[in-house]
Amino acid sequence: MADVSLKEVRKSYGKVEVIKGVDLDIKDGEFVVFVGPSGCGKSTLLRMIAGLEDITSGTLEIGGRIVNEVQPKDRGIAMVFQSYAIFPHMSVRENVGFGLTIAGVAKEEKEKKVMEAARILQMEHLLDRRPSQLSGGQRQRVAIGRAIVRDPAVFLFDEPLSNLDAALRMDMRMEIGKLHKQLDATMVYVTHDQVEAMTLADKIVVLRDGVVQQIGAPMELYHNPANLFVAGFIGSPSMNFMDVEVVERSAEGITVKAPALDPVTLPAAGRDYASMAKGKLGIRPQYLSVSKNGTAGALHGTVALVERLGTETVVNVELTRGGRIVAALSEDRPLDLGSQIALGFDPARAHLFEAA
Amino acid sequence: MGSKLTQSNRAGWAFALPGFGLIALFIIVPFFFAFALSLTDQRLISPNPTQYVGLENYRNLLGLAVVTLEPERDESGEIVRDEDGALQYPRVRSITRSDEYSQYAGMREWFRWQSGDNARVVVASDVIFMKALVNTLTFVIVVAPVQGGLALVLALLINQRLRGINVFRTVFFMPVVVSIVVVSLLWRFIYDGNDGLLNNLLSGLTFGLFEPVDWLGNTDTALGSIIAMSIWQAVGFHMVIWLAGLQTISPTLYEAAAIEGASKWQTFRYVTWPGLRNTAVLVLIVITMQSFALFAQIDVMTNGGPLDSTQTLVFQAVERGYGKQDISGGSTISVILFLLVLTISLIQRYLTRERT
Ligand SMILES: Nc1ncnc2c1ncn2[C@@H]1O[C@H](COP(=O)(O)OP(=O)(O)OP(=O)(O)O)[C@@H](O)[C@H]1O
Ligand SMILES: [Mg+2]
Repeated sequence: MADVSLKEVRKSYGKVEVIKGVDLDIKDGEFVVFVGPSGCGKSTLLRMIAGLEDITSGTLEIGGRIVNEVQPKDRGIAMVFQSYAIFPHMSVRENVGFGLTIAGVAKEEKEKKVMEAARILQMEHLLDRRPSQLSGGQRQRVAIGRAIVRDPAVFLFDEPLSNLDAALRMDMRMEIGKLHKQLDATMVYVTHDQVEAMTLADKIVVLRDGVVQQIGAPMELYHNPANLFVAGFIGSPSMNFMDVEVVERSAEGITVKAPALDPVTLPAAGRDYASMAKGKLGIRPQYLSVSKNGTAGALHGTVALVERLGTETVVNVELTRGGRIVAALSEDRPLDLGSQIALGFDPARAHLFEAA
Repeated sequence: MGSKLTQSNRAGWAFALPGFGLIALFIIVPFFFAFALSLTDQRLISPNPTQYVGLENYRNLLGLAVVTLEPERDESGEIVRDEDGALQYPRVRSITRSDEYSQYAGMREWFRWQSGDNARVVVASDVIFMKALVNTLTFVIVVAPVQGGLALVLALLINQRLRGINVFRTVFFMPVVVSIVVVSLLWRFIYDGNDGLLNNLLSGLTFGLFEPVDWLGNTDTALGSIIAMSIWQAVGFHMVIWLAGLQTISPTLYEAAAIEGASKWQTFRYVTWPGLRNTAVLVLIVITMQSFALFAQIDVMTNGGPLDSTQTLVFQAVERGYGKQDISGGSTISVILFLLVLTISLIQRYLTRERT
């Protein structure tokens, strides 16, 4: 009932086009996350859905109705801003009930809805405070409460957690996830944070310079990135890339090599590499492991930097035959700087992309 | 910070000295001088030595009383009427000059009203001062809200992104840059009774039906004309202060209000006005103080006339202190003005205090 659908949506500021034809279908009740580097147009796209920015061309439908020219208040949406945007001179109660005050809803009903929202967000005890007496997390809760009270068909979040510290961010992230299950509303969420994207989303939209790079479930993006950009953007630390030359093609797979890499055969897995002569080999740091000498496709080098995170050890390796590579070893492993190391990987988990 | 300045920071003191010196010489010392002089009979140039006179100067200015006059009666006790049937009253002089009523000595009639057959006459020691006081208060009471409100309206209009908005900003601000003396001279031409711009304009608009008015030469219109011109002159200044206040309100608050469906008026009421609280206090206090200091317009345009209808406190202070060389009298008016402004500012601060 509250599907959101964008068709060929574009946005220009003067001569500069910042959204370059986005097609996107969001199903009712879906949690969609927009990710992408800073300045790629995530906020702009979200604000166009909200009605805070005009749509230069294309159509936007919410709940089957074209809303290009509809006022924000009539779109059935609610928005939560990064800077909270709660009214500083009003109590929490007044802030949460603001939309109802504006709409002239009767007192008892307003009180009931405010209490309901406060209960969902567990902030009944905060209702009589002023925003200045709240912590960042509590303020964001108020902003979310104000959205809930409107009972919108679509929730829009623009980096709602990026002003919070790490621990609080995790709490609130889980809470937003819970909220989505509880309310069963469509949610569109903009974030920089990969973890937020991966954990919350039913569907992630990766944007770059106003162009959609890939749309898919988090694990689909992780395991089958459509292009170099998505491969490099999703996952942390980001994927290692290596220029390779194609040596041989066969029914089982494709064999590539690089100065730093002995020839290795990747299974075709249904992909067609027919036209490729040169490419980029992508290997996630997590799929590299320390190998015995002599393994095929092994990468040899010296340890240049070690970051021990407890559960994981991130190693920067200076390859003997040129280049650098990052490996995330899945255990705490003390390594001496400058020591020799050999890394191997499972060719089935490597990705081959067209050279850009 | 403070302690550093009070301690042996010689270079700091040296730098501050000229400023301190000038402020002390031209503001602090004269301020206390005024208090001291108001208790003496000091004149600008006088052969007699200065004497301490206590509060006599204040009594001479503030002395006020109500005298009841009974109508004249003939021997039989019948009320005497003149040909038009009007009642006859004894002359006020017969009371203020008689030795029987020494408490009214030196007082003159300010105004009177009818109470039954009796006439009640307000007599004042210094009728001109009383008129100046009333005119000044009238000026403040009209100018403060009208100028403040008008400036706010202009600021709201100008705080939009429109093509050529800077032209309007400049136009509205221009009168502030021009010296008030020049502005007053110009407006004397505008208000001219014979061939003034205003009369021409009004008769043009009414197709010659409008009877020309000598705006500054008429006791009914003189003060109003000065009020109108003063509001026009400084409204741009306060517009800029409001504008500064408007710019401190976060744009996301407006976006949040738009999404909640607030109308223009509701946006003003719930977002703009609360955000302007501190600015409002500032504007109100500044206008009040400036209005109490009304002088240049009077000096250039009317000299307090006609029939003292545009006398003001500062004009009187100057007129007495320098015109009549009565320094103690001028000082007394200054002190009274100071106490008046102080009281009103304190009341304003109390009324607009931060309520928590
Ligand atoms: N009012 C504007 N006028 C001109 N260009 C704008 C305007 N607003 C945004 N842009 C441009 O549009 C592009 C997209 O901006 P947007 O705010 O959507 O980025 P974003 O993906 O949200 O970035 P971030 O992650 O830093 O918030 C940017 O290049 C920005 O410079
Ligand atoms: Mg953004």
